[in-house]
Amino acid sequence: MKNKNLSILLKGLLTENPVFVLILGTCPTLAISTNVIGAIGMGLAATAVLICSNFVISLLRKFIPDSVRIPCYIVIIAGFVTVVQMLMQAFLPELYDMLGVYLALITVNCIILGRAEMFAGKNGPVKSVLDGIGMGLGFTLALLCMATVREIIGAGSFAGIEIPFMKDYTISIFQKAPGGFMVYGFMIALVYAVTHGKAPRKKEFSCENCPSASLCSNCQKKEEA
Amino acid sequence: MELFKSLIVIIMSSVLVNNYVLSRFLGICPFLGVSKKLNQAVGMGISVIFVMVVATLVTWPIQHYVLERFNLGYMQTIVFILVIATLVQFIEMLLKKMIPALHKSLGVYLPLITTNCAVLGVTIENVSELDYGFLESVVNSFGCGLGFLLAMVLFSGIRSKIDESQIPASFKGLPVTLIAASFVSLAFFGFAGIVENLFA
Repeated sequence: MKNKNLSILLKGLLTENPVFVLILGTCPTLAISTNVIGAIGMGLAATAVLICSNFVISLLRKFIPDSVRIPCYIVIIAGFVTVVQMLMQAFLPELYDMLGVYLALITVNCIILGRAEMFAGKNGPVKSVLDGIGMGLGFTLALLCMATVREIIGAGSFAGIEIPFMKDYTISIFQKAPGGFMVYGFMIALVYAVTHGKAPRKKEFSCENCPSASLCSNCQKKEEA
Repeated sequence: MELFKSLIVIIMSSVLVNNYVLSRFLGICPFLGVSKKLNQAVGMGISVIFVMVVATLVTWPIQHYVLERFNLGYMQTIVFILVIATLVQFIEMLLKKMIPALHKSLGVYLPLITTNCAVLGVTIENVSELDYGFLESVVNSFGCGLGFLLAMVLFSGIRSKIDESQIPASFKGLPVTLIAASFVSLAFFGFAGIVENLFA
């Protein structure tokens, strides 16, 4: 039993990492990975929302009628996002300004809705909280990897501390939008290469929870096959 | 005339300079998921323009005449997402009943847009960071939607070329798509600065 709980916690970090393996939550991953501090802030904010929403949704899973479950989940998630927004505005105003509109957009982050649908709606509160912690930390870890690469190459610093040699040879495009797409592309390619294609790709997962599932070319191929 | 100029500046900046997909990273999921075929990309783009404009038409008055008047600014996120979700459902039902032909071509895309971060993003930015008036907000939403459509159409063309080329095994699928997106985004960098000098 203990082992099973531990594996729920760990799968979010590595084997089912939401960003690099499940390919969820791409928007904040690309937007908030220009510096390490912002990445950690965003990751932890999303983790807090994910843990709370997973807990509440798993408690309410027997009371929420199946046909209106998505709107119910969205309301619960939006509520917790508002709480996080208010806390951050009060205690961490600098971070609040840095994250800007992306903080409110945690509401429509598909990691949180996806986990609610895939996991919290089917499992008990303890497991759901563990899943929330694992997935949240996995998201934070992925953001941190992206931000480390982009900040060191793009700005020659790490978490705001300048690195002597790198400072003179920065490639500022890595801080901008194209760098985000490129680093993310290479990261996913790295994951594929390291696992020799054994890592479960997106299409092998329950894709049906993704809002674009009915049109996504990956999903359609699977249905045809 | 001044108003007209300022509206053109807003459209140019939202379509080209601050393109929602390519420089703001909003709406990436449909951009990567639905851009494989040109007709799907166009359908999705038009639906996004439509929903963005309608959502702004509704959320702007709510923010200014309800939330701010009664000091409920903190309810913004919850109210906006609920309004957008309800609105999309409502539009879908309306189209099905009134204009079945249009529903057939756009209907499938509508439910997907509910949880599209570009739509929530543009409605929130119109009333907070940008602080536009009503007309400017609607024009900005239209511009953002147009930028989304442009990015989708351009990218679907590039993706059809990618399919025919030889790619290293570990780059197949998503990685090469992202790297292609990176180059498209790099191309859009060329538009930086045109807005400031548009009427100079």
